[in-house]
Amino acid sequence: MIERKVIIKNPTGLHARPASLLVKEANKFKSEIMINKGGKDVNAKSILSVLSLGVSNGDEIIIKANGEDEKEAMDAIINLIETFVE
Amino acid sequence: MLKGIAASSGIAIGKAYVIREEENAINRYEVKDTEKEIKRFLEAILKAKEEIESIKETAVKNFGEEKALIFEAHLMILEDEEFKASVIEKIKQNINAEYAVKETVEMFEGIFLSMEDEYMRERAADIRDIGGRIIRALKGEEKSSIGDIKDKCIIVAKDLTPSDTAQLNREYVLGFITELGGKTSHSAIIARALEIPAVSGIKGATEILKTGDLIILDGVKGIIYINPDESLIDEYQNKIQREMEEKRELLIYKDRKVLTKDGKRIEVAANISSKEEVDVALKYGADGIGLFRTEFLFMNRETAPTEEEQFEVYKYVLEKMEGRPVIIRTLDVGGDKKIPYIDVGTEMNPFLGLRAIRLCFERLDLFKTQLKALLRASIYGNLKIMFPMISKVDEIKRAKEILEDVKAELKKAGQKFSDKIEIGIMIEVPSAAIISDLLAKEVDFFSIGTNDLIQYTLAVDRMNEKVSNIYEPSHPAVLRLIKMVIDNAHKEGKWVGMCGEMASDISMIPLLIDYGIDELSMSAPSVLKVKKEILKSVD
Repeated sequence: MIERKVIIKNPTGLHARPASLLVKEANKFKSEIMINKGGKDVNAKSILSVLSLGVSNGDEIIIKANGEDEKEAMDAIINLIETFVE
Repeated sequence: MLKGIAASSGIAIGKAYVIREEENAINRYEVKDTEKEIKRFLEAILKAKEEIESIKETAVKNFGEEKALIFEAHLMILEDEEFKASVIEKIKQNINAEYAVKETVEMFEGIFLSMEDEYMRERAADIRDIGGRIIRALKGEEKSSIGDIKDKCIIVAKDLTPSDTAQLNREYVLGFITELGGKTSHSAIIARALEIPAVSGIKGATEILKTGDLIILDGVKGIIYINPDESLIDEYQNKIQREMEEKRELLIYKDRKVLTKDGKRIEVAANISSKEEVDVALKYGADGIGLFRTEFLFMNRETAPTEEEQFEVYKYVLEKMEGRPVIIRTLDVGGDKKIPYIDVGTEMNPFLGLRAIRLCFERLDLFKTQLKALLRASIYGNLKIMFPMISKVDEIKRAKEILEDVKAELKKAGQKFSDKIEIGIMIEVPSAAIISDLLAKEVDFFSIGTNDLIQYTLAVDRMNEKVSNIYEPSHPAVLRLIKMVIDNAHKEGKWVGMCGEMASDISMIPLLIDYGIDELSMSAPSVLKVKKEILKSVD
């Protein structure tokens, strides 16, 4: 399993479109992907779970990936988060 | 009689059809064959998905991609792993699928409702909507939807959701009455775009009215009558008859250019608040769009529209108008209209506060994004940009400087824009009217916003019933200012339009023409009436 910390810099945080893009991206991979905020892990492949985490601008989150394509998944998700501008 | 907000003009008489969000009791019972129950649940999900796909298709066809986005979100929830897993987990404990869905929906709804963010609380409504759909699919029930209505009626609902309006059949729906919403709510905009009379903001309407009640809906005054007596029905029926005849007669003016007896061309244009209203403007023969209020693009949402989103809207309007002039007014909001991402704090006098251009100078991010979108769209038609609430020369100079900055940025990025965009300002503050000789040197045109100009000149709030009798469009002070503005503009070779209510006031038009007004802009249904009035003196 691999883990990476990332700070959310886009103004809306993981809301609305950014959240749905993230979930769609996560679903492209076989690995189990989790997002952790404040000690709580949620499934990154579930829009309801990602939204319920309430990640806002400036929050630090940890992405965890576990499985055969964990490295690719991690890179893709970190890259995506960095492109968020909304 | 009940009074609400006049959301969409026109009169309708018909039977009420009340849409209540009834909670059907969902019973819990034990299931033995859990595998079979899980299969039943998964089949219901598929059915719900099909339903949403088909609503989405209709919505895309009727209202465009953007309005259909909400169904995209619904589909994502239906496919949500955690949602499914939670329901299946409960079914495995021998709980029936309906109850398992209900409990799971309530759990997620609870999480979202407890969050502070309004965006999240709205998602709670999506989850409830989806849950209801799955449960109906499980029970084999069809939702009684607006799409199923087969008789002419006036729809009464708390509010109409996008999935309701997307299925609406214009042939049967005579009008809307909603409890929530103002002039700019989703249902009001759709009503105006489809020319369905509507009154919103009638509290308790779904409780007070019963399906089958006879209703007179007056979308001009914003009132409804419940089971009125014969004489009132007759009166309104005559009104409808007259309006229909008038409409038919007026259509002969649709394609006519309006010239005064001196041979001067007067442009008769339409005011719009959304791209959906462009078709109505064209239908009534508007010579152009005299005012596109862009603030609606910014309302009822959690974040500002992106440059791309705005660009698409402006481009659509410009293309549809096929080279006819389109005046787009930059963001005109302030403390009296609450927009979550534009916080101006609490003000004692929002109408004299941080609003319109003043706010745009504080929020250059929003202002520049809008200007960029406007410039990029300019190559698709005849765009004119108008700045609201200018009160001194410095302000228009500054607005133009910012526009030039944005142009330079676009040029650098290799983006194209038209070099023939006219720049104008609203004349709605008395100081602007008084120094209109100076302002005329800075712009290509003026548009007189009479509603605010009258309010500010006479120091009267027209919404305040105690003083609304002092609100007098023909007050000599107002008329002198209007004449002064037109004279000053013409001295500089600039043209003057009018986009307030006075522009469609038949009794004022001869005077305005006499003063030398060049353009009049009004709600689309008034365009033909005004064309006729001006031509009357010639024909």
